[in-house]
Amino acid sequence: MGLFKDSKLITDPLADNNPITIQVLGICSALAITAELEASIVMSIAVLFVLGVGNVVVSLMRNIIPSKIRIIVQLIVVATLVIIVDLVLKAFAYELSKTLSVFVGLIITNCIIMGRFEAFALANGPWKSFLDGIGNSLGYAVILIIVGFFRELLGSGTLLGIPVLGDPIEKTGVYAYGYENNGFMLLAPMALITVGIIIWVQRNRNTALIEDH
Amino acid sequence: MEKRTDKNSYTIVFAIIMVIVVGAILAFLASSLKPNIDENKRLEKQQNILYAMGVNDNDEKSVAMVSTDRVAAEFEKYITKQIVIEGENITEDDAAYMIDLKKETAKAKDASYTRRLPLFIGEKDGKTYYIIPMRGKGLWDAVWGYIALDENLVSQGVFFDHKGETPGLGANINQRFFMDDFTGEHILDESGNFAGIAISKSNADPKNERKTDNTVDAIAGATITGDGLAAMIRKDLRMYMPYLQTIKK
Repeated sequence: MGLFKDSKLITDPLADNNPITIQVLGICSALAITAELEASIVMSIAVLFVLGVGNVVVSLMRNIIPSKIRIIVQLIVVATLVIIVDLVLKAFAYELSKTLSVFVGLIITNCIIMGRFEAFALANGPWKSFLDGIGNSLGYAVILIIVGFFRELLGSGTLLGIPVLGDPIEKTGVYAYGYENNGFMLLAPMALITVGIIIWVQRNRNTALIEDH
Repeated sequence: MEKRTDKNSYTIVFAIIMVIVVGAILAFLASSLKPNIDENKRLEKQQNILYAMGVNDNDEKSVAMVSTDRVAAEFEKYITKQIVIEGENITEDDAAYMIDLKKETAKAKDASYTRRLPLFIGEKDGKTYYIIPMRGKGLWDAVWGYIALDENLVSQGVFFDHKGETPGLGANINQRFFMDDFTGEHILDESGNFAGIAISKSNADPKNERKTDNTVDAIAGATITGDGLAAMIRKDLRMYMPYLQTIKK
């Protein structure tokens, strides 16, 4: 069955070939928007859509794209897709488009998208490319959600905007025992450190991932 | 043998066709959807103005505008007068809310141009609100908003929004925990001079109990967005001060 043969395309990027922790793609957006869990989830869904569709489009065009300008062509494909979605949402789902508008620029410049177009879609058929796109965006989503979870919990004491540790101003919940939110968690350097810890844990569990030098 | 797709002539033809096709698709979509988008933006302006004066569907935590199917009627009902201030001249204009602040700012760079300042007067439960639109710069892109003042020039509510502030940090200026702090805040200092509303990281007043200090608590991690917002409030309200002095009680 083709589906079983290709299922590694989905499962590999979730762990052993994760776009963020192994391929080191998409770090910029992973640092920028993970201060809240909700933003992480929205970004993950947006990338899932753009990478899935974009990979298919680039894959369909792979035999006609001139190699000299292939990066520009890929950039045009992703930018066009994102702008079309943005326009349609603005016309028919204005509220949703306002939530997503800040992510538009981040999606176009997300190097996971260019990276997968270049590394996979240009060399493989549409179905495989679609699976690769879905797999890699899920791998991206996993890391984004883990980082977003810890940054929001430790930085603001909330999850999805709901206070889970008590009220820091009224001093209820764990704040009554002298606990304080760590405002540093909200800043980009702590996202980098959190990603670093995930990479450390992952390579400790699977030493085959450590490169020889 | 050289591949067909490596030839210069092929590359150029491909590029030309791609640009034309993509350009045509985007131009067609943009112009055919423009009426819908413009209408959405117009309703959004009405919603935001009403939000600032406290006409909204908020529950305890959410930011909920009056729904789009009701907004035109509510706007008609609550906004009793819209005026445009041009220097000394004050004219009534029922489309004042459609004045584009970005274009006005650009035109005002020419010193001979008298800037048109829109102001909306709302009535709710016997109280009069003077609602002023504002526009400025955040960290990445534009920020804008509306502030509703009463006759004592005390803020009765605000609405802020932004184009591209960082999600989770600066983007939170349109959340309740931040906007609600502005309610009751004075824009004049104790001696009656214009002060605006500053956004501070270190005012040691996280619950914002001091309403006369012209300061609200900032959002952690969003210093530059906050500074931009405070600069916007100061700069844009100052332009209205000559008019506001005449209504002040």
